[in-house]
Amino acid sequence: MNKLEKLEAQSIFILREAYKSFKNIGMLWSIGKDSTVLLWLAKKAFFGHVPFDLIHVDTHYKIPEMIAYRDAIAQELKLRLVVGENRAALADRQTFVDGLDRLACCKALKSEALKHTLDGLWPRRFYDPKKDAWEEQDKAEAYNAVIVGVRSDEEGSRSKERVFSARDEKSEWDASTQPPELWNLYKTEFAPKTHVRVHPLLEWTELNIWEYIEKENIPVIPVYFDQGEGKRYRSLGCWPCTTPVESSAKNPAEIIAELVSGKFKNIAERSGRAQDKEGGGTLEALRKEGYM
Amino acid sequence: MGGLVERMNIVITGHVDHGKSTLVGRLLADTHSLPEGKLEGVRNSCARNGRVFEYSMLLDALEDEQKQGITIDSARVFFKSAKREYIIIDAPGHIEFLRNMLSGASRAAAAVLVIDAVEGVAENSRRHGLLLSLLGISQVLVVVNKLDLYHYDEAVFRAIRQEYATYLESLGVKPVAFIPVSAREGANLVAASEQTPWYRGKTVLEVLDGFANPAPDEDAFFALPLQDIYRFSNDNDERRIYAGTVVSGAAETGDRIRFLPSGKEAVIASVETWNAPAKTRVRAGESVGLTLKEDLYLQAGEVIVKSDEATPVVAARRIRANLIWLAAAPLTFDTPYLLKLGSARVEARLEAIERVLGDNPDTESLTARRELCRHECGGVILRLLKPVALAPFAENASLGRFVLVDGYDAAGGGIVHEVLPEAPGARVNASALPEGFEEELFALLKKYFPHRFPEARARSGDDFSI
Repeated sequence: MNKLEKLEAQSIFILREAYKSFKNIGMLWSIGKDSTVLLWLAKKAFFGHVPFDLIHVDTHYKIPEMIAYRDAIAQELKLRLVVGENRAALADRQTFVDGLDRLACCKALKSEALKHTLDGLWPRRFYDPKKDAWEEQDKAEAYNAVIVGVRSDEEGSRSKERVFSARDEKSEWDASTQPPELWNLYKTEFAPKTHVRVHPLLEWTELNIWEYIEKENIPVIPVYFDQGEGKRYRSLGCWPCTTPVESSAKNPAEIIAELVSGKFKNIAERSGRAQDKEGGGTLEALRKEGYM
Repeated sequence: MGGLVERMNIVITGHVDHGKSTLVGRLLADTHSLPEGKLEGVRNSCARNGRVFEYSMLLDALEDEQKQGITIDSARVFFKSAKREYIIIDAPGHIEFLRNMLSGASRAAAAVLVIDAVEGVAENSRRHGLLLSLLGISQVLVVVNKLDLYHYDEAVFRAIRQEYATYLESLGVKPVAFIPVSAREGANLVAASEQTPWYRGKTVLEVLDGFANPAPDEDAFFALPLQDIYRFSNDNDERRIYAGTVVSGAAETGDRIRFLPSGKEAVIASVETWNAPAKTRVRAGESVGLTLKEDLYLQAGEVIVKSDEATPVVAARRIRANLIWLAAAPLTFDTPYLLKLGSARVEARLEAIERVLGDNPDTESLTARRELCRHECGGVILRLLKPVALAPFAENASLGRFVLVDGYDAAGGGIVHEVLPEAPGARVNASALPEGFEEELFALLKKYFPHRFPEARARSGDDFSI
């Protein structure tokens, strides 16, 4: 087996373990390349089915193509899609664009919105593939686990994550008291009310993701590729805090070449993500409070 | 695509402050694996804050780690040599974070043990050596670090090598090499150092590139722990799919298989895939799904083997094992634990502590030993409430290792050395059973496990594969 086959087998094992272990599990789908690979792996693990909800947190500042792409794929693949958002912060104009600092904005529009989409307390929208229609949900049962496509090579605190990682009742992460995780005998026993993040992609690198997208011919959102302007996105987020990179890569093969021996060989992936550079220059503070 | 390069996981272990993170940081810097600007960024931040730059700062990412100058949790660090991609797992050396060291080491194919030349062989140098042997990691490189502080004195290196090699030998660990290094100065990491003309061996990177990646054995006996059974009727899919990850050997459609411990048998009808070429064969390492010619009622946790193949997989009720205990509450005789092995989950109880492993020989008489405390390693006998299909670790790693869960705590882990017969004292009290029980039981056994009664099966001619 080659490297990609091994990574695929390991991630499928984790997805099946997660599905078996939690009654009410969902999967975060940010529309980005990593969680789209995750969606693909889920279809492999469950033989064409995605037997849980996909969850998207819409900040209303996403790069506009992302939303159109999300809705098209959900319809095409018949996904059960839950969309959450922080309606109060948006109505009160408590955002970076309206003058709030970046971290506070991330916290409100992403961390808080995620938290209350997962606990089912905030209203949200739901796409039902059987009816091919969106509906409003005022209240819903909480998810006790959520599958997330974070990778170790993205950023320091993510390099220390467990595959099955507990959040407490306030959805906070305590990195210093993580339990042992031996071999693939993941700890799936948790006290009631614990919320669990499952990370099937921890051992994948940005390069592995593109190699797999190329091998499997996975449809990813076109903003990752140069559309003729000499620019493309390398990492997707909200438009006010994410800048495209100068690149003429038009397909996965050209992106792989850039990463292996080209201009991005030694440039960090999230270098275009402004919130990483605020405060102590780390995502850890955000992640402790529930950020992905 | 010019072919995918190989990937290998390596763990860096050793006593606290012996320089593990510095070694990894320096390896990253010298192989040009750091993101552009990272080294300058950390150097500048040190200059601003009046701190001395250390290579370890490139790795200790958590806020508390930077404040305290200590590694708390294992980080996965990615780097590339000319030969392959690595994930280097930088494990913490402090005893408090032993569980994190183990989590890291259990994912590794090989280990680097770092020993500080000044402090010499320390408590956790020995403990980590023991744990590597307990986890079954046989590829070990030992580096003697900080030799620059002794002006690269060969005698210092030799003395430590002598002492530690003797200790590792007592554990049955044979290191592939000892290398004199200075992680801070970069000596003998990527390039041979002029400071150690007396050392003619390989550099650290050369030894890493020489480690072999253990490949799952396709030619060995077939074994597939049953992880789950799917039937997505809600989505109008009536296939009943038996899913799991093959841990050894290979099987094909048409093969007759047996489930252990239930003993049920069936024939593989198809190999199910999605967005992949149709196939008829599954092999070690793959996460697969099978359909069977006859649908069986089964639960996850059984192990699928081939009916006509000899395997070391047996249904066990008692095992002899070595384990490490990690929970604050000690391992005791009176507590029910959840044992997880392969995809099986079963209640287990401690039956005996046969010996305590480590370099502090236990002075108590062993029969008096009533518990195993946090961070202690022991040779024990465990009794399982229900039979579990497993194999000794030496026969198959995946079917021979387990964790014990106490409540919601992952409390310990270990490897199976031997399957033991049921204890003689475990006989049922026959007088307490209803009349005719034995006959009824035997009839049921014959009906559902005909292969255990070859004569009966030949006579009836029935196919009892259910």
